[in-house]
Amino acid sequence: MTAMATRTESRESGPSFLQTFVSRHGSMMPTFAAVAILLVLFVGAEIFLRGDFITPRNISALLLDNAYLLVLAVGMTFVILTGGIDLSVGSVMAFSGILGAKLLAEGVPAFVAVPAMLLGGAAIGLMIGILVQYFNVQPFIASLAGLFLGRGLAYVVSLSSIKVEEPGILWLQSTRIRLGDWYITPTGLIALGAVAVAAFVLHLTRFGRTIYAIGGSEQSARLMGLKVARAKVMAYVISGLCGGLAGLVLTAYSGAGYPRNGIGTELDAIAAVVIGGTILTGGRGYVIGSMIGVFVYGTIKTIISFMGAEQSWMQIIVGALLLLFIVVQRAIVARSEGRR
Amino acid sequence: MPADNEVPPIVEMRGITIRFPGVLALDNVDFTLRPGEVHSLMGENGAGKSTLIKALTGVYAIDSGTITVAGEQRTFHTAADAQEAGISTVYQEVNLCANLTVGENVMLGHEPRRAGGIDWRATQREAARHMESLGLAIDPRSMLASHSIAIQQLVAIIRAMVLEAKVLILDEPTSSLDRGEVDQLFAVIRDLRAKGVAILFVSHFLDQVYEISDRITVLRNGALVGEHPIEELPRDALVTKMIGRELEDLATLEKSSHRAIDRTGTPVVKAEGLGKRGVLEPADLEIYEGEVVGIAGLLGSGRTELVRLLYGADRPDAGQVEVQGAPAKVHSPRHAIDHRISFSSENRREEGVVADLTVAENIVLGMQARQGWMRKVPKKDQDAVVAEYIEALGVRPANPNALVGNLSGGNQQKVLLARWLATAPELLILDEPTRGIDVGAKADIQKKVSELSSQGLSVIFISSELEEVLRLAQRVAVMRDRRKIGELDATQVDLDGLIDYIANAGEGSAA
Repeated sequence: MTAMATRTESRESGPSFLQTFVSRHGSMMPTFAAVAILLVLFVGAEIFLRGDFITPRNISALLLDNAYLLVLAVGMTFVILTGGIDLSVGSVMAFSGILGAKLLAEGVPAFVAVPAMLLGGAAIGLMIGILVQYFNVQPFIASLAGLFLGRGLAYVVSLSSIKVEEPGILWLQSTRIRLGDWYITPTGLIALGAVAVAAFVLHLTRFGRTIYAIGGSEQSARLMGLKVARAKVMAYVISGLCGGLAGLVLTAYSGAGYPRNGIGTELDAIAAVVIGGTILTGGRGYVIGSMIGVFVYGTIKTIISFMGAEQSWMQIIVGALLLLFIVVQRAIVARSEGRR
Repeated sequence: MPADNEVPPIVEMRGITIRFPGVLALDNVDFTLRPGEVHSLMGENGAGKSTLIKALTGVYAIDSGTITVAGEQRTFHTAADAQEAGISTVYQEVNLCANLTVGENVMLGHEPRRAGGIDWRATQREAARHMESLGLAIDPRSMLASHSIAIQQLVAIIRAMVLEAKVLILDEPTSSLDRGEVDQLFAVIRDLRAKGVAILFVSHFLDQVYEISDRITVLRNGALVGEHPIEELPRDALVTKMIGRELEDLATLEKSSHRAIDRTGTPVVKAEGLGKRGVLEPADLEIYEGEVVGIAGLLGSGRTELVRLLYGADRPDAGQVEVQGAPAKVHSPRHAIDHRISFSSENRREEGVVADLTVAENIVLGMQARQGWMRKVPKKDQDAVVAEYIEALGVRPANPNALVGNLSGGNQQKVLLARWLATAPELLILDEPTRGIDVGAKADIQKKVSELSSQGLSVIFISSELEEVLRLAQRVAVMRDRRKIGELDATQVDLDGLIDYIANAGEGSAA
């Protein structure tokens, strides 16, 4: 998925194909790197575990287990592309999940409870967006407020776990759409759907291009007459909405709402987005990359549990990968600036 | 070519007044722009050029007056409003998105759509068509950042054409372009003029103004001085109108700069074989007390690199520096300040003034740095020093509490100069101190440099304006291709001689 998904043949004369490709798609390099790392992880684990790793069951489980994180990463990609950050999404996910579980437990039908979960997330996102855009609050601080607000609201709804017995919600998780040994659940479809919609919005709508323009230079975007204020607020609303949707996915996955869910998950989402090649200063990156980032993250987790190693290794490896990617990104940005 | 007065104007601004806290930025100014003309807006920094442009484009609200565009009275609130009315602006610092492709930048917000999504094929085709119509032959799918500033500027103009701009405002478009690029830009401007676009041109380069303009409007201190067809306003008359005084100051400078320098003693600073691989070939440089040494050469010839090594802003890998005859380690700006060497960077916005602090705070910063942060400079001393330099350099507004970010470029430069002078340096390195500032401020700064050097301050003066170098310096070091190719006695060489030396001399004979 590139911004210029038209033709990729090189021009008859002038620069070589490779030069043309690099000059057009330089910003995709970090995402290619993420794909390479994912492949290395797969192949490495396959060799290490003697052919026990790349199985349809494991790959299918990768999407199933990380569907909520993928949804969060999609929303986070919008925000980071504008050059912002959203720390609230883990809490928003917990709030949405416990809110849904509570509503369902009290007999509210699913067709009311689910929209309420999504709207709850979007509302917190709207609040953050307005703080950032109209009150000039740093995204870090505004979304930190959202983090505490979301967590607090989750505790207000319930202090303990609430089991979900609504069949419609459990169906999202328990259904296995099979193709041989491969399977996908409706939660997985929701996550992939979110990626597809986000990719369409980012690359094929003027709103999406405005998001990129803001990340490149907010002042330029404003002087170019783009609707900057609206787009920026919308990025946070989308992230909040994705938080709400992730709450639904996680509730279906775990069969319960729990107010302590997702503590620190916002950082996992940010890590996945960055590993996937989106640059923290904004303007460069792809939602497909964020999906790869989530898979890299999930694969590392799977490998570690296969090896029976300490979970702390997970943190160390993800930390090292992040470091690597941030350095790679710096190099790319420095190079493109150096060519001016 | 020059639009005659019969053509109805596209923009008419009448009696425009804008007040900022404590400043009357524009005082009852009239401005008329006609289709198919290039109209230059001239004035010193702080004369109100930028303010007038911002009033027209909706960035600033006007306190009184009327703006009529295409016969209709308008009030713009945002840049987008003005754009919709056909007024596009291309700024000095290109306001495009470097992370997107050329084609995207051209079409952003105006992409053709199909079935709910952007039709990229049509978008690229449109972009290519617009680029072709202005003769820009680059790949629309290449990243904007991979092109030079000149190309980016043309892209910004093409974008304005996509918006079907009837009025194109070019604010200092040529300040970072070389001669060939300026020609390319001017070809495009002439082309647009022929198509009936009204062009408002702002530049500090008089040659360029005379080359391209049909008409000139002069502002001074926020007031209108006059509007003249270009052929009725000779250069000296224009300069006189701009600064409101004759350029006699510069004439007296001529003499003082040709003072004899005593070079028998110990140089204040002496660099031997100073170099860094890939940056600068080893070069020698000596500066004596009270001497102004000019460094001449083209952009990128190693001028800035040499002084950065001398100042310790970059770490040399060869050579040594002596201060007052004693070997000195200058490995960081901190060391340099300890040795009483000050360096005013060419990059005044990023490496110079602190825009969010006041004039007084900026000036005191330098003193404080030398004192160490533990010992606060007494308030009374601060005020005295600040008042002295505001007065001596003619900083406008003469308000120590004004934010530096709100000052014009020339006045920011004066504040920067004041800051370094406040540290009482023995060697002052000035890198392009007069770039992008107006004639009046230029004269003020040159006069101050000349005056200080006659009192014993040593100065290294870097400038792209060779006349300025020759006027101020007693000795000129010439750089080419990251190498010092020689030194000239400024009293023995004229402008043509210096240009010839930069271009041709020193071949094969390393300095």
